[in-house]
Amino acid sequence: MDNIKVYYKILNEYRKHDLNLIMLLQKIQEVFGFVSEDSVYWFSRQLDIPASKFYGILTFYPKFRLKPTGKNILTVCCGAACHIKGSDKIVQKVRETLSLNEGEDTTPNLQFTVQEATCIGACSVAPLVILNNTVHANMDTDKTVKLLKGFVIEDEYIGY
Amino acid sequence: MFKQYINKSGIEAEIGQRCSYQKVGCRGFCSKDVLVDVVIDGKKTTYQLVKPIMVERIVSEHIMNGQPVAEWTVTPDYEAFHSKQHKIVLGPCGEISPEKIEDYLAIKGYKAAKKCMTRMTQRDVITVVKNSGLRGRGGSGFLTGLKWEICLSQQEQPHYIICNVGEVNRALAEGNPHAIIEGLLIGGYAIGAEKGYIYIRERYHLSVERLQNAILQAKEKGFIGKNLFNSGFNFDIDFSFGTESFICGEETALMESIEGKRATPRFRPPFPAEQGLWGKPTIINNAETLSNIPLIIGKGAPWFSSIGTEHSKGTKVFTLTGKIKNNGLVEIPMGMSLREIIYGIGGGIEGNRKLKAVQVGGPSGGIIPESMIDMGLDYESLHKVGTIVGSGGMVVFDEDDCIVSITRFFIEFLQRESCGKCTPCRIGTKRMLEILSRITEGKGELEDLSTLERLSSVMTTSSLCGLGKMAPNPFITSLNHFKNEYLAHIREKKCPAGVCTSLITFTIIEELCKGCGMCRRVCPAKAISGAPKKLHIIDADLCVKCGACFKACKFKSISKG
Repeated sequence: MDNIKVYYKILNEYRKHDLNLIMLLQKIQEVFGFVSEDSVYWFSRQLDIPASKFYGILTFYPKFRLKPTGKNILTVCCGAACHIKGSDKIVQKVRETLSLNEGEDTTPNLQFTVQEATCIGACSVAPLVILNNTVHANMDTDKTVKLLKGFVIEDEYIGY
Repeated sequence: MFKQYINKSGIEAEIGQRCSYQKVGCRGFCSKDVLVDVVIDGKKTTYQLVKPIMVERIVSEHIMNGQPVAEWTVTPDYEAFHSKQHKIVLGPCGEISPEKIEDYLAIKGYKAAKKCMTRMTQRDVITVVKNSGLRGRGGSGFLTGLKWEICLSQQEQPHYIICNVGEVNRALAEGNPHAIIEGLLIGGYAIGAEKGYIYIRERYHLSVERLQNAILQAKEKGFIGKNLFNSGFNFDIDFSFGTESFICGEETALMESIEGKRATPRFRPPFPAEQGLWGKPTIINNAETLSNIPLIIGKGAPWFSSIGTEHSKGTKVFTLTGKIKNNGLVEIPMGMSLREIIYGIGGGIEGNRKLKAVQVGGPSGGIIPESMIDMGLDYESLHKVGTIVGSGGMVVFDEDDCIVSITRFFIEFLQRESCGKCTPCRIGTKRMLEILSRITEGKGELEDLSTLERLSSVMTTSSLCGLGKMAPNPFITSLNHFKNEYLAHIREKKCPAGVCTSLITFTIIEELCKGCGMCRRVCPAKAISGAPKKLHIIDADLCVKCGACFKACKFKSISKG
């Protein structure tokens, strides 16, 4: 299996640089976009660390994902400054536009994942939306929907 | 886009005039970005809100022909925003290039580190920092010098020093990363640590990039490595990439996270200065605290302690945000009044509405009402009104904001971020959130307030760490100053600010409605009916209270309340 090869690579790196569990899981997520049950058990066996330790960390830090992500990731900052400038309305509108059901954050065709972030430290240009590492400042619901629509049609940023 | 733009202008400028361009860090005046300086023969003109399409005209008219484009230059706001501040740590940000060590050396960079290692003993350094009265800029405001002294006196070896780069410090890392590194270096020397960590969120890409670059340059110049300045002192810096957790601002939780575990706080004592990272004596300082260190060593303790108030020395960086005209990063001397910050530097409230309250100190800070904004900002006076300096968040609310809903938002955040280790915080935040939600939905009862008060006092006294202890802050302070608003939600089932959707109804005012049909067209729930040029009616049973009609009506004929 291809995955196993990659796992070995990560394992080597882990042993060579004396990494800790968080770093190991970050590496796995970096490569696969999420941490699968499969990988947790594989590493658990190899390192002789109980899988519960892995899940302890995975479920503690909000950045770890246990399900695959969409091709495009849209993050809405929901810190205090963004909140009073209407980030909750943006999240609601985005979820509506992508017709996401409650409890889901990724569209069935794996095109989009919607995330909420805690303060990302750019409060002065709130509210913020991050689409695939590009930060869009001073957003509102209309601008965000336009941004999304641009992506759905062209699959790339066409501006708003 | 900023980078791309600067590159473009730089290349064009180079072709035209052989002049140089420079990339600088954030100047803090974010609401008018992008800012561009054009300096010709020492005369500086600053443009605001620059967009890529404006570049060509600036280059051709100003740079080629020496005629500044007057209508795009900065307004008096820019002057007011900057002149009232006292920039010590933020001073070089936006003036020097954060990517060139030469720029930092030109403003006497690394001189303080050299002075420490060649002419001062560890005790000397600590004495200077102690005398300056510098207090931690991240949380509780403990005296930095004292903390270092405790750590130095520990027999256990090795010692560690950690720099925590939080939200507010991001601008420092991007604008002047070398100051943080020099502070870390001096701190390491003073407490006898040979290893320093920079704890930063992975998501702050630019900060990480600039810090990494700065460390490389410092290594090349021999400021980091073995036998620094021939003093026999070795120092190395490593990165530790944080994950997005509010709890990681807590010292012991941060160390657990560096060790690769769940970030849950430890019991104390022992304090980190005695037993910290991997059980060794550890100092954690915030990046802003460390950025002050080189200046204190360079200019002396008396200079530093001349700024600020009796017990709070120096300056503090705040992120001024919310419903304010000039938002951005501001550095003020300790003791400046909130009024001066909001109306002097901030330029007043957006849309000239009325100020309602200010929340200082991040999510677990307290809410200060308009009537109290003449108080000075320092550790003591903020403590008196039930809040903290914290990381320096400052959110301004106007009359359109509902205090109950805001409090609910902060408690919701804290509930999510609670690590779950101790019961008062884990269950307390959850119950507080449930009760507050009930109140905003119009299902609150009078006894809810006393239940919340009782919960608050239990959490404040028995939580393990600062997060739980301070979590009730927004509630306690808002109940003190805005009890009426809570009562309106509970007794009259009304939200005075018109924010809590369960408590507002939209109705059409008969006399003002022109029957244009605008509201009918925008209504997503099809709750509005009416023939053209006739009075329209909102069906309250169908209305989802989205407010679309309220926004769309050109005649202000829809009332909210």
